[in-house]
Amino acid sequence: MVKERMDAEKMDGEQIEDIEIRLLLEALFRRYHYDFRNYAQASLKRRLRQARDQMGLPTFSALQDRLLRDPATVSRLLGFLTVQVSELFRDPAYFRAIREKVVPHLRTYPSLKVWIAGCSSGEELYSFVILFREEGLEDRTLFYATDINQDALDAAARGIYPLDRLRTFTENHQLSGGKSSLSDYYSTAYGHAAFDKSLRERVVFSDHSLVTDAVFAEMHLISCRNVMIYFDRGLQDRAVGLFRGSLARKGFLGLGAKESLRFSQYAGSFGEFVREEKIYQRRDP
Amino acid sequence: MQALSRLLPILPGDYPLPVLVVVHVRPGRRNVLASLFAAKCNLEVREPDDKEPIAPGTILFAPPDYHMLVETDRTVSLSVEGPVQFSRPSIDVLFESAADAYGSGLVGAVLTGANHDGAEGLRALFEAGGTALVENPAGAAYPVMPRAALTLVPGAESLPLDALAQRLLDLAG
Repeated sequence: MVKERMDAEKMDGEQIEDIEIRLLLEALFRRYHYDFRNYAQASLKRRLRQARDQMGLPTFSALQDRLLRDPATVSRLLGFLTVQVSELFRDPAYFRAIREKVVPHLRTYPSLKVWIAGCSSGEELYSFVILFREEGLEDRTLFYATDINQDALDAAARGIYPLDRLRTFTENHQLSGGKSSLSDYYSTAYGHAAFDKSLRERVVFSDHSLVTDAVFAEMHLISCRNVMIYFDRGLQDRAVGLFRGSLARKGFLGLGAKESLRFSQYAGSFGEFVREEKIYQRRDP
Repeated sequence: MQALSRLLPILPGDYPLPVLVVVHVRPGRRNVLASLFAAKCNLEVREPDDKEPIAPGTILFAPPDYHMLVETDRTVSLSVEGPVQFSRPSIDVLFESAADAYGSGLVGAVLTGANHDGAEGLRALFEAGGTALVENPAGAAYPVMPRAALTLVPGAESLPLDALAQRLLDLAG
C-alpha cells in the first residue's frame, strides 16, 4: 500500500517534470526561436537537468521563468544543449575515406561547395580545409560552416584550441593519411594553438538551423557528423530531406560513425558510397 | 571483461530480454568488443547505430567514445556530450535513461570497475522500482565500482558472479 502510494507520487513527479520540460522548450521557441522541441528526449533531459542544477534552480519551471525574462540565460542554456566535444580528424578512417574515395570524384568539378553542418567549435571544418589544401582542392572550394549556436560559430571562426588537445589532433591527422605536418597550420602561444587565418579565407560562417531553416546552396559534399543523433526520428527525416535538397546530383553526404540512413524515410534517396564510414551519395532516378 | 565473459555466455539463445552493456575502454577501433563477445555468446551481439530499435535477445555494446541512452520508444540514442565520471560511454548515462524508459521492468547490474561510474545510475534505477544488482566487491577484480554502488544503493542485491548470472536467468523467467 505504502509502496503503491509512493509509486503514485513518484509517477506524478516524473509526469510533472515531463510537462515542465515541454513548457520550457515551448518558451525557448516562442521567445527566442530556438527549436529543441523535437530533440531526442533522453539526452536532452539529462542536459536540461545539468543546466537547471548548475544554475542553482529548483525546478524547470523556475528555469523557464528566468529564461523568459532574462535573455542572458539563453546563451548559457544553449551552451548546455549544444555542447559538443570534438577533435580534428575525429575518426581518422572517415577522413581517409574522404581523401581516397570521395576526393577523386570531387577533382572532376571546376568549382566545389562543401557544407559542414553543425560545425560547433570548428574542429571538423579545419580538418576538411586542411585535407582539401593537401589535395590541392582548396582554391576551387567554398566551405560553408553553420551552427545554431553563435558562441560556437565565434569559436570556430577563432580556431584556437588548448595545446593539450593537439597531440590527439596530430595523431588523427597522420592516421587520416595527412600529407603534411599539422604544425604547419597553427602557431602556439600561452598554452593554446591558433590555426592560421589563411585556412578561413574560403570559409563562410553562418547561423543556420537544420530544424527550422531551409535548403542551403547546391553542395557537392555535406558533412554532418554526430549532430542528428540529438534529433528524434521525425526531425532526423527533416534534416536528411534538407540535405537531399541541398546536394548537387551525385553529391556526397557524410555522417558520424554510428549514424545510419537505414531508419530514415529518405533511405532510398541515397546510395551507400563507403558503407563502413557512413558516406552516402545522392541517388537520382 | 573477465566478469562479462563469465556472465554473457550463460544467457541462452532464447533469452527474452534485451541486454545493454557499457564497458569502459579507451576510444579506439569500432566493434572490437562486440565481435569478441559475438564469438562467445548465444545471443546476437553488436554495437548499435543511433535510433536502432532495441530488440529482445540482443546484446548491445555501447560504441567506444559514445554515450548510449534508451529512449521511451525503446530505441537507442547515442551522444557525444562530455564524459561523465571521466567515462564515455558512462554507465550512469545508460542507467538513468533506461530507468526513465523501463521503470520497474528494468534490471541493472554493476560489475567490477575502477571508478564510481554506475552508482548514481543504479540509484535512479532503484528509485524507479527496478531491480538493482551488484557484483560482490569481495570477489571483484576491481572492487571500487561495486562498492561505490552499494554505498549509494544499500538496498541493491550484492551477489557473487555466478549467483548474479543465475539471478539474470531467473528474472527473465
